[in-house]
Amino acid sequence: MANIISDETIEYVGILAKLELSDEEKEQAKKDMGSMLDYIDKLGELDTTGVEPMSHVFPVKNVFREDVVTNGDDRENILSNAPGEKDGMFVVPRTFE
Amino acid sequence: MDILSMTAVSLGTAIKNKEVTVREAVEAVLSRIEEKESQYHCYVTVDKEGALSQADEVQRKIDAGELTGPLAGVPVAIKDNMCTEGLLTTCSSKILNNFVPTFSSEAVLNLKKAGAVILGKTNMDEFAMGSTTETSAYGVTKNPWNTEHVPGGSSGGSAAAVAADECFYALGSDTGGSIRQPASFCGVVGLKPTYGTVSRYGLIAYGSSLDQIGPLCKDVTDCAAIMEIIASHDPKDSTSVERKDLDFTSALVDDVKGMKIGIPRDYFGEGLDPEVKEAVLKAAEVLKEKGAVVEEFDLSLVEYAIPTYYTIAAAEASSNLERFDGIKYGYRTEEYEGLHNMYKKSRSEGFGAEVKRRIMLGSFVLSSGYYDAYYLKALRVKALIKKAFDDAFAKYDVILGPVAPTTAPKLGESLSDPIKMYLGDIYTISINLAGLPGLSIPCGVDSKGLPIGLQLIGDCFNEKKLIQTAYTYEQARGAFGRKEDK
Amino acid sequence: MAKQYETVIGLEVHVELATKTKIFCGCSTAFGGEPNTHTCPVCTGMPGSLPVLNKQVLEYAVAVGLATNCTITQYCKFDRKNYFYPDNPQNYQISQLYLPICRNGKVEIETEAGKKFVGIHEIHMEEDAGKLIHDEWDDCSLVDFNRSGVPLIEIVSEPDMRSAEEVIAYLEKLRMTIQYLGASDCKLQEGSMRADVNLSIREVGAKEFGTRTEMKNLNSFKAIARAIEGETERQIDLLTSGEKVIQETRRWDDNKGESYAMRSKEDAQDYRYFPDPDLVPIVLDDVFLNEIRAKQPEFREEKMLRYKEEFDIPEYDIEIITGSKHMADIFEATVALGSQPKKVSNWLMGETLRLLKEKSMDPEDIRFSPENLAKLISLIDAKAINGSVAKEVFEIMFDQDIDPEKYVEEKGLKTVNDEGALRKTVEEVIANNPQSVEDYRNGKEKAIGFLVGQTMKAMKGKADPGMVNQLLKELL
Repeated sequence: MANIISDETIEYVGILAKLELSDEEKEQAKKDMGSMLDYIDKLGELDTTGVEPMSHVFPVKNVFREDVVTNGDDRENILSNAPGEKDGMFVVPRTFE
Repeated sequence: MDILSMTAVSLGTAIKNKEVTVREAVEAVLSRIEEKESQYHCYVTVDKEGALSQADEVQRKIDAGELTGPLAGVPVAIKDNMCTEGLLTTCSSKILNNFVPTFSSEAVLNLKKAGAVILGKTNMDEFAMGSTTETSAYGVTKNPWNTEHVPGGSSGGSAAAVAADECFYALGSDTGGSIRQPASFCGVVGLKPTYGTVSRYGLIAYGSSLDQIGPLCKDVTDCAAIMEIIASHDPKDSTSVERKDLDFTSALVDDVKGMKIGIPRDYFGEGLDPEVKEAVLKAAEVLKEKGAVVEEFDLSLVEYAIPTYYTIAAAEASSNLERFDGIKYGYRTEEYEGLHNMYKKSRSEGFGAEVKRRIMLGSFVLSSGYYDAYYLKALRVKALIKKAFDDAFAKYDVILGPVAPTTAPKLGESLSDPIKMYLGDIYTISINLAGLPGLSIPCGVDSKGLPIGLQLIGDCFNEKKLIQTAYTYEQARGAFGRKEDK
Repeated sequence: MAKQYETVIGLEVHVELATKTKIFCGCSTAFGGEPNTHTCPVCTGMPGSLPVLNKQVLEYAVAVGLATNCTITQYCKFDRKNYFYPDNPQNYQISQLYLPICRNGKVEIETEAGKKFVGIHEIHMEEDAGKLIHDEWDDCSLVDFNRSGVPLIEIVSEPDMRSAEEVIAYLEKLRMTIQYLGASDCKLQEGSMRADVNLSIREVGAKEFGTRTEMKNLNSFKAIARAIEGETERQIDLLTSGEKVIQETRRWDDNKGESYAMRSKEDAQDYRYFPDPDLVPIVLDDVFLNEIRAKQPEFREEKMLRYKEEFDIPEYDIEIITGSKHMADIFEATVALGSQPKKVSNWLMGETLRLLKEKSMDPEDIRFSPENLAKLISLIDAKAINGSVAKEVFEIMFDQDIDPEKYVEEKGLKTVNDEGALRKTVEEVIANNPQSVEDYRNGKEKAIGFLVGQTMKAMKGKADPGMVNQLLKELL
């Protein structure tokens, strides 16, 4: 396997993705990611100089809406699935500035 | 009258002609579900009450002349990644185990406007990530053709439900083959439309630039009728394309004379099961006999499709799934210390292994230092893949090939080797990258008795050519051997 | 010999655009409202929701870009900035990194030292986050998504400023320009304009930049000036004592007059920007740009010059009036209705400014209409009401934009111009105040003031003081 994924990398990616892996899962993740990246490295075989990265397949552009209020008070619905709710707001663990 | 064996369109006609009531149809399918669910487990949620009350409502409207469409009163199953107002929507994940949407997806709304009766939500691979429906947090779905085998994925529940007559048709979603492959494994028809044809509003996103909603159904006629209902231009979806040619049923014509069909040599190489190869080539012969011009050609870049797809899909998914954080909806871990711990635990406990794997990969390929080498590179290769198809469609009307390298594998065999599993997507994935329409229609059965699917691929916005080709083939093929136990 | 340092400052200014709806959904951007009542699946990150761009946001962004001499990026996209925080419903913010809508602009500022240009590196569109409230009772935080999705433009300057004075001048210039475009009311105190200061120091003559820090929580021009001074000092102290400046974000506490390093969020600052696949590219042709250009208003500088030529009012008045587009609009409209420019400017410069100050209001918040101001001035010109009644009516008009004509009728405030009735009252007052009369006759000029006052009182204020004065003198 050409791509050796380090513990630091797994830690780092875990922080970015907000995922906490067990030691076992981490080992497996290192292997999985390594072999996946080996596979993705295959793309390096292709000469893509001068090719623009294509985000959107079709030339759809300029999709807009008018600046008109179309929504009313949907609070009840918005909060209906909240794990924690107080005074019409979502409850979250204490944040700090 | 054997209601359950009817196609969606013929049931719709029977209802219109007052040969069957909507309630009778719904009751028939509900008892079938009751009978077979413990065996097949196609559904995450069956909404018996809702379906029966919808049935009465729809019948009233039909009688009053308010609902006149061809599928009014026909019961449908919806894949569990499409929001359905008031009905549990889980994406087969623990992290949405209690999520009840407050709005319905546009495709579902279109169905309801046409008088469809929603039966429930079908099982899938968690967040549509998978090819066997085995990554579902709510148990696996079994292939009705042989319950030791998978139904395919990620729309496995939908495909199995159609095959088992637990619904008359179903909606699925396809990001890398998730409609076509389970259609192929379960012996039903499946279509992934051109990107932008069916609104993605309300479809819980996996790979936003690749996802499309489409039908899984019993025959090509049903497929065209369903497409006419669900395809629409939606101003709530910026990627929704405004199309004028949505009269898909006009393509139900038994004629392929002069149609140029290309068969990519690169689809018939190593790794393709010989029985699948035989069945697919036989189908090509049938079309040739009906007057199509069939020719082999080199598509190229086929082996690069999978790494390109996984880079892009994982990247988009890693971002799309960030919203599942235990704050606004869904699962929240019970014990935590502080905000970031709450995030980590909720997500780690709520997501399954395959989802976590893809989120990690996606976060990595987008991370600083790797973005150019992985993500941008994949987008460049995507452009090349699109170009290869553009070149092919300059010569051919339709591209023909297999849907998957094999028939349905056995349960429990696929998840241990993710890359091998990913390789199974080889024929379907590039179609999503290029935004093209792809259709899967049963063309045979292997020696194990498992269905084989034929894939027809069209240039963008060319569903009609696919429908016409598929319809012609279907007429020549005759009825597809249905499951024994009815 | 002590080293000479210069301060190098760049600004990142966020401006809330004055659109009626949010950037990606049809929810109202109106202030106030109970928590989460201006929300929908899109701005709260519900599964399956999708964004659609508000055209007005694009138009304002381009207008601001053109007004600040930027090159408009005619093919641009939105990118996702990924980070986890509860005020961010999708845990990614839709912004623009790779292809911002405007680039390479400049604005001219003027300070005591003279004029100079401050470069604008780029301007991009993005969405605002929700609000977090800390709940002491339950030791948790609460999220309100009303502000989530409010459209912002972020204006990033080049590090061209060298002093607090230049920074203030730059901000004033931006504010004036944007207010004139109607794109935002740009109020620092209310948060519709937010400035983050990037500051570093280096030895005078050095070519390289020093390490910079970013300062946040600057809610007034005073705070900005103080923060700049404070941070400059802090950095100079560090360097002169041989230490290094650490690149960090600092929060300014204006009460204490000092800053402190912000608790670093657990996140690595790796935002993994990539083009948002749910939004399509924006392609702007020259026709569009010309349309926006054509809609540009007369900016302040031009207006000042025009007022100088057209209206005979003091230059100081012109400066103040044109300092607020709204006030200038009222001025011009009132004059257009026929009122004399000098009179209009007096009302604006006098009573209006006084009341604004008293009520801590901004000129942009003036509520009364030009029609009503014109009516008030007419009433005075016709001597239908006197000076003090006019002031009284004006105060009510300032608060409630009442029609002065109707009000004066209803409340019966018209000056009594009937000389006969007035004469009678004056005679009564003279009769009732013999002492003052005698004082006046004995040479105390001021005693007449008292008599005028008594007359006015008797007339319930509805007399013309000039006429009263005249009559008294006549009768005494």
